[in-house]
Amino acid sequence: MMRTFTGTFTGTPSLVRLALRRDRIMIPAWVLSLAVIVIGTASSISTLYPTEAGRASLAASMAANGSLRALYGPVYGTSIGGLTAWRMGSMGPALAGLMTLLLVVRHTREEEEAGRLELVGAGVVGRRAPLTASLITGCGASLLLALLITLGLLTQGAVGAVAFGLAFGAVGCVFAAVAAVTAQLTESARAAKGIAGALLGVAFLVRATGDAAAPGGPEWVAWLSPLGWAERLHPYAHERWWVLALFAGVIVLLVTAAYALVAGRDLDAGLLPSRPGPERAGRRLRGAYGLAWRLQRGSLWGWAFGYAVSGLVFGATGKGIADLGRTNKSIADEINHLGGTHSLVDSFLAAMINFLGMLAAVYIVQAVLRLRGEESDGRAEPVLATAVGRLRWAASHLVIAAAGSVVLMVAGGIAMGIGYGASVSDVSGQVPRMTGAGLVQLPAVLFVGALAVLILGAAPKMAMASWSAASLTLAIGLYGPLLKLSRWVLDLSAFTHLPKVPTAPATATPLLWLLVLTAALTASGLAALRHRDMG
Amino acid sequence: MAKAIEVVGLRKSFGRIRALDGLDLTVEEGEVHGFLGPNGAGKSTTIRVLLGLLRPDAGEARLLGGDPWRDAVRLHRRLAYVPGDVTLWRNLSGGEVIDLLGRLRGGLDQRRKQELLRRFELDPTKKGRTYSKGNRQKVALVAALASDAELLILDEPTSGLDPLMESVFRECVREERDRGRTVLLSSHILSEVEALCDRVSIIRKGRTVETGTLTGLRHLTRTSITAELAGPPNGLAQLPGVHDVDIRGDRVTLQVDTDQLDAVLRQISATGVRSLTSTPPTLEELFLRHYEDDLAASGATA
Repeated sequence: MMRTFTGTFTGTPSLVRLALRRDRIMIPAWVLSLAVIVIGTASSISTLYPTEAGRASLAASMAANGSLRALYGPVYGTSIGGLTAWRMGSMGPALAGLMTLLLVVRHTREEEEAGRLELVGAGVVGRRAPLTASLITGCGASLLLALLITLGLLTQGAVGAVAFGLAFGAVGCVFAAVAAVTAQLTESARAAKGIAGALLGVAFLVRATGDAAAPGGPEWVAWLSPLGWAERLHPYAHERWWVLALFAGVIVLLVTAAYALVAGRDLDAGLLPSRPGPERAGRRLRGAYGLAWRLQRGSLWGWAFGYAVSGLVFGATGKGIADLGRTNKSIADEINHLGGTHSLVDSFLAAMINFLGMLAAVYIVQAVLRLRGEESDGRAEPVLATAVGRLRWAASHLVIAAAGSVVLMVAGGIAMGIGYGASVSDVSGQVPRMTGAGLVQLPAVLFVGALAVLILGAAPKMAMASWSAASLTLAIGLYGPLLKLSRWVLDLSAFTHLPKVPTAPATATPLLWLLVLTAALTASGLAALRHRDMG
Repeated sequence: MAKAIEVVGLRKSFGRIRALDGLDLTVEEGEVHGFLGPNGAGKSTTIRVLLGLLRPDAGEARLLGGDPWRDAVRLHRRLAYVPGDVTLWRNLSGGEVIDLLGRLRGGLDQRRKQELLRRFELDPTKKGRTYSKGNRQKVALVAALASDAELLILDEPTSGLDPLMESVFRECVREERDRGRTVLLSSHILSEVEALCDRVSIIRKGRTVETGTLTGLRHLTRTSITAELAGPPNGLAQLPGVHDVDIRGDRVTLQVDTDQLDAVLRQISATGVRSLTSTPPTLEELFLRHYEDDLAASGATA
C-alpha cells in the first residue's frame, strides 16, 4: 500500500528539472525584478525620509487616510523597514502570487491541454508527480524571492527582513496552491489562470476594504484575505509569527484538495463541464477583421474592466491626496516631483493617468504579438492561403490593437473623471478633462506598439523582445524619477516626452512627433512583413 | 491541356539548410497529381512557395497562370488548402472554422458542407482545443472540399485519419476529379497515391527524381515471379533484366525489369510451367529504389 502511494510521485525530480529548464529565463526575471523593486523602495524611502520624525509624520498622515490605506494597507512601523513593509506589503506579495499561479498552471493544465503531459505521463511518471513538480517549482520560486528580499533588507534589521521575506513566500505558496486547484477545474489553461487571477483580485479587494475601514469599523474583513495576513505578520513592528500558521493551514487544505481532484479525474478532463460551441459561424465571424475581433475581444474586455475599476479607485483617491497635502508638506513635495508643480491633486491625477498609459503599452504589445502567435503556431497559414492578403491579415489585428488602446485610455479617463468628480461634486467637468488627459497618452502607447510591429516585420524570431520595450517603458516611468536616473535614461521612454496633462496644458508638438514616428515604424514594419517568409 | 502548376528549378534555403534544390513539378489541369517523398524531402516547402508564403531563392513557379507571390490573393480565391499539421483556434468550434475559412475564400456550399460533415462523422460543435489530430484534419478537409475552388492543395491530408475515414477521403477526391477539379496530393503513403493519382512526382532532398504516369513509371519497376517448372530452369539468369534469381530444384523465384517481362516468360514457358505466380510492381518498390542509396548508406553506418 505504502509502495503504491509513493509510486504516484515517481518522476517528480525529473519533472522539476524539466520545469526549471523551461523557465530558466522566466523565473529569474520575475524573482529578480520583484526583489529589486522591494529593495529599491527601501533605499528610496531612506533617501526621502532620513529622519525618524519625518517618517513618523508620513506614517501618521498615511494612516489617517482611508483611500491610501485601501491602496497600500495600514502602517505598522515607522522605521525604514516598517515603511517599506507598508509600501510594498500588499502589492508585492500580490505580484508574487501572480507569479506562482502562472507558473503552476503553466506546468499542469497548460501541459495537459497541449498534449505534452500525455507524452510525459506515458513514461515512468506517477499520477501525482506533475502536480507535485509544479508546486515545488512555484513554491520554490516564491521562497527564493523570500530569501533575496530577506538578504536585501538585512541592513534594516534581520528579524523584520525574515518576516517580510516570508510574507512574500507565504502568499506565493498560497496562490501556487490556489492554482493547483483551479488547474483541476477547467479543461482550458487560460480559464484556470483566469479563475486563479480573479481570486487574487478578490483577495486584494477584500484586504483593501478591511484596511480602508475607519477605526472601529470592519477591520476584521482584511483577515479574510491572505494579503491581509501578509500585512498582519507585522514585519518590522513586533512580528506576529503565529500568522504563518494561517498560511500553512490554507496551503495544506488547498494542496490536499488539489491532490484529491487529480486522483479522481481523467487526463484532459476538468470538473467544470466544457460547453459545446455553435454549429455554424455567426454573421459577424467573417473576413479577417471578424476573426481578429473574435480572437482579441475577450482580452480587451478584461483590460477595459480593469481600467474602469482602477480609474475609479485612482480618481476617488484624489480627494484624499488633497487632504493629505494640507497636513503633510513632504508628501506634497514627493507627488509634485512626479507630476509637476501646479496643484497637488492634478499632479496625482497626471501621474495616475500616465501610469495607465504605460500599462496600455503592455496591452498594445500583447495585442500586436497575437500576430506572431498566429504565425508561429501555424494558424496564420490557412488564413493566408485564402483570399486574405498579408497586409489585411496584419492590419486586422493592428487596427484592433490601436483601437483597443483608445478604448482603454477613454475608459480609464472617464472612470477617473467619475471617481474624482464624484468626490468634489464636479462629474460633468472632470469626465471630459480626464478623458482628454487619457487621450494625450495615446501617441506614446501607439509608439511602443509600432516598435513591436517593426520587430515583428523585420526580425520575427526576436518578436518577444517587444516585451522589453514595454517593460523598460514601465520601469523607467515607475522608478526613474524615484531613483533619480539621469535625463537620457528617462528620455528612452516615449512617456517622458508627453505633456503632464492635466497639470500642464497639452502641447501638440511632442504628440505630433510621436505620431509621425509611429506611422513611420508601422509602415516599415509592414513593408518588411510583406517581403519576408511566413512561418 | 493547360498547366495548373508549373515549377521549374525551384531553390530555397533556410540558413545553411537547403530545403529545395532545383525542384521541378508540373500539374496538368483536371488531374490528381501525387507529390511523393519522405519526411523532410521538401514537399511542404514547395507547397508554401506555391501559396506565396515563402519566396524562392531561385527558379520559376506558376500557379493557375499567375505568380504565387505577387498574385497571392487573386489566386487564393481559386484554390483551397489543407495543411499537413492543422492547428485550430482553441475557442472556435469546428463549424465556425469551416464557415470562416469558406467566407475568407469567398464562398461555401452549405449543403455540401452538411453532407461532408455527415460523411466524415465530424461533430462541428466541439471547440478547437478539444479535437484530436484526425478531427482537426477533418475540419480542414471539410472546409476545403466544401469550397468551389478549382485547385485543391492537400498536404498529407490523411496522416491522422483512420482507415474508414481514409476511404471516405478517397471517395471524395475521386468525386472532385470527376467534377474537373485539379488536386495536388502530397503524401508519403504509397497506397493512397497509387489508388488516387493520375500522375506522380517523386522528390527527395529537394529535387525531383521521377515524374510521370503510374503506368509510365511501372516500366522502371520489377515484377516478381515464382514458378514451378517441368524441368530444371536453364539460362534464366543470363537473360537481360533478370535479378535475384533463386533456383531450388524445379522451383525458381526471380525479379525482372517490367519491360523485359516478355522474354523471361517465353523462356519459362519453353521449359514448361506447372504453376506460376507473378506480383505486379508496386509504387512501394519504385519508391524504395529511389531511396536505395539512403538505405545502403544507413545500413553501412549501422
